[in-house]
Amino acid sequence: MAMELTKEQQALLDGEQGPVVAKVVKTLVMYGECFGAQKMAPVTSEKGHLVTSFGLSMMSPVFELMDELISADLLGQPFSVDPRPLDPNVPQNFLQKTLFGIMYKKQADYEAQLDKLGLMGGDAFTCTCYLDEVGNKPQEGDILSWAESSAVVYANSVLGARCNRNSGIIELFGSLVGFVPYFGLLTDDGRKATWVIEVDTEERPEAQVLGSAIGMKVMEDVPYIKGLDKWFGGSLSGDARDYLKDMGAATASNGAVGLFHVANLTPEAKAQGEALLTEGAQVYKIDDAELRRVQESYPIIWKDASAKPKLCFVGCPHLTENQLQEWTEKLTAKLKRNRLAKVVVPTVFTAAPAVVENFKKTSAYKKLADTGVVVSSICPLMYMNNPLCNSKPTITSSNKLRTYTKARYYKDAEILELISGGGVS
Amino acid sequence: MTKTFKGRVVVPGTIEAEALVTTAGFNTLASFQKALMFGDKQAKCSDQNNPELYNQPMQGKALCLPQTIGSTTGGMILYCAAKMNRGPSCLLFSKPIDSLAAAGAVLAGVWTENPMPTIDSLGEEFLEAVKSGMTVSVGEDGTVTIR
Repeated sequence: MAMELTKEQQALLDGEQGPVVAKVVKTLVMYGECFGAQKMAPVTSEKGHLVTSFGLSMMSPVFELMDELISADLLGQPFSVDPRPLDPNVPQNFLQKTLFGIMYKKQADYEAQLDKLGLMGGDAFTCTCYLDEVGNKPQEGDILSWAESSAVVYANSVLGARCNRNSGIIELFGSLVGFVPYFGLLTDDGRKATWVIEVDTEERPEAQVLGSAIGMKVMEDVPYIKGLDKWFGGSLSGDARDYLKDMGAATASNGAVGLFHVANLTPEAKAQGEALLTEGAQVYKIDDAELRRVQESYPIIWKDASAKPKLCFVGCPHLTENQLQEWTEKLTAKLKRNRLAKVVVPTVFTAAPAVVENFKKTSAYKKLADTGVVVSSICPLMYMNNPLCNSKPTITSSNKLRTYTKARYYKDAEILELISGGGVS
Repeated sequence: MTKTFKGRVVVPGTIEAEALVTTAGFNTLASFQKALMFGDKQAKCSDQNNPELYNQPMQGKALCLPQTIGSTTGGMILYCAAKMNRGPSCLLFSKPIDSLAAAGAVLAGVWTENPMPTIDSLGEEFLEAVKSGMTVSVGEDGTVTIR
């Protein structure tokens, strides 16, 4: 069935505001019709979020399209955008730096285009736009036009907002015209769970491995997770939100999850309980052995599997201030125990610019800086897009970074050992 | 031997091309990353996690796949590939199309001179029957013939 548009939407499609706007609306209509959308839904959040933050030279078609949008005088809602790809403070040799310059030579031009279309500000570059410090936190029930898989899954699951897993450009179109096709995760039916995940582990499971296991099993479906709330006392505290941020990013990158429910914890699961389950939902049981199996299945694609790590990234998605504080505490204690002053692997912790700014005002920042750890707001993934960086043996506790690059995954505790001079079997 | 399948038309068009098949999810960003970054006109696949496609030229091929996976830049990447004439000639999905691939197919159809005819829901048997190197013909009505 063809989509029914309001009079105003139809007028835009018919070219009332010019051919560029008409093409934007046509794109959204065709996109929605792929999924049986019968109408558009107004975007109700105050702000959007874009995935494309990088001015890669290869993206000339995107730059041309942005120019077309700018020329059409389209100004929609303000938006944040994913992290920048460059930071001179992150370790890079002369050749790597030169290649960065070539790869991202359009960065300044692209940021100027973003600015013209509604970028929130120069510090709005992060994948964790929903943190209080950043200022793009949607309300429960808000309809969003966002991309960035980790932000979408967090907004849907932890905040109870409604957003599909949009692609880059589509999310910008929705933000500019103020409506998105109504289908999938925007609908009550699309938010029902078709999988029950039964978590039964001796200790709190590693967020990134649990998310990976769930993502690889359910792919784009909606899981309802039982047995996880007990590790958080049934409260969606800061600790629980941090955990779900990391778990969700892994479900979205190792699979294509856009929404998960955690029994007794996330807003919709608290309100509706098992009424969220569809009839005949499949069951996936996760115990310690299953998590071990999943972690052991990750391929090691370093040229020399026994190479000594030359770089470590922590913070994909970006860390919260609470996580920065915890890492600092654990790392300084571990280094002291090992009678070391500095980390033995060059290490970068990443967080949103506003989070870093706040963290720098605390005493922990100096302690962390003294260990040699670099605190940056870079996108580790964009850094690793540089082939000269990707070939460097890099370790990470991010399952997203592992998936898209040659970085090797270790659990948080293992990373702590590796960077502070301990060993890992 | 010729076999015919019928799917749903996402972006209409007729075309004949050589099949390039992946039975695993197609990671759009990982696959096109190097080709677009370093100007490889053949668009050789750079996804090392996909042994069926790794190093295979993708430009002009009939890409046969279950769905796409990976980064939400996926649709934008497909659009760039099409606009730069490095994309597949058509996209043939065994499953219902995913939101990122749909975005790429629609963007290429509306915003470029190189639309990629796109058919989805061709069924598991399509992906079992089609092999890389076969000739694929796509009809306006969603009919896909392999030989």
